Amino acid sequence: MANPFEQFEIKKIIDIPVAGVDASFTNSAAFMVITVAVVTLFLTMSMRGRALVPGRWQLTAELCYEFVGSMVRDNVGAEGRKYFPFIFTLFMFILFGNMIGLIPGSFTFTSHIIVTFGMAIAVFIGVTIIALVRHGFKFFTYFFPDGVPIVMAPLLVPIEIVSYLSRPVTLSIRLFANMMAGHTMLKVFAGFIVGLGFIGGWAPLAVDVALTGFEVIVSFLQAYVFTVLTCLYLHDAIHLH
Amino acid sequence: MSMEKNPQVQEDKIRKDASDEDFDTRLRRARGIDAKPGRGGMSALPKGGVALALRIGTELVAALGVGIGIGLLLDYWLETKPWFMVAFFFIGAAAGFLNVFRAAQGFGGVGGNIPGSRSSESKDDGGEE
Repeated sequence: MANPFEQFEIKKIIDIPVAGVDASFTNSAAFMVITVAVVTLFLTMSMRGRALVPGRWQLTAELCYEFVGSMVRDNVGAEGRKYFPFIFTLFMFILFGNMIGLIPGSFTFTSHIIVTFGMAIAVFIGVTIIALVRHGFKFFTYFFPDGVPIVMAPLLVPIEIVSYLSRPVTLSIRLFANMMAGHTMLKVFAGFIVGLGFIGGWAPLAVDVALTGFEVIVSFLQAYVFTVLTCLYLHDAIHLH
Repeated sequence: MSMEKNPQVQEDKIRKDASDEDFDTRLRRARGIDAKPGRGGMSALPKGGVALALRIGTELVAALGVGIGIGLLLDYWLETKPWFMVAFFFIGAAAGFLNVFRAAQGFGGVGGNIPGSRSSESKDDGGEE
């Protein structure tokens, strides 16, 4: 039976050593480029008509826009509007990365923790900078709830800081674990299909079909969760409480 | 004068007169609709048992990991093995419970203060988790 973890293997496509650092163009990078290209093509081609009554493609693009737009509006508020481009890009990148990864034979870059952690830490640092710029020193009151006796500070402040620092970790682990677990499961059951042959292979095949549908939901849901949590963090950065 | 004859220009002028002074107010109104941020987003998250369990588990373990990591770094820096690690183990565990508490309340592990305004915010979004 094929190794279910083989699909996560990073393969070099073009070898680029930069001063002792391995900056090679890998299959992971290739699929990121493909994702960006597909998203860009999808959005520009479908919006090219700019029809007042949208066609199917334009409707889909507008649905994505509206979906993220209302997410930002509901979770961040009017001040979140200027961060909409970033959040929309993040959502589309993760969603299309997950979806393209579901195509058999392709590579899912969101199943690698370093990719998801990279995105999460970018969100985390960005949000912290926004909070610091907007509130200055007042930002640090965030770690100490109002109305708590000052005696509790030495205990509460480290807890709040650790809780705050765990944000990028949970954000990245959630996406990575979901994607990796789903793809491993798909591969394990696909291996059973071959192993059981023509007689008994139908049962794992049915499971795999069901799992594929489930994975589509998970792909969307995890992109949504990642984005909505980014919105919530942004809300906290802007309004502090 | 000849410009007044041009129906297009005239129409533009009328429209401009009618809307010039209240354009700002209309713009403000349009923006004001969504001026108040809600906390509605998290209520749309999956409420299924497995999804919630996975989320809660991640919150708990991640905070613990971050706590131990900070402790180890401080120990390495100040050469006080193993004291900071032990202290931050408990702080990380507490932060994990805090995250779980917040996630279960529907705030998505968002840190910081929980003022009374949370309850007033959550009433307009129907169902908090």
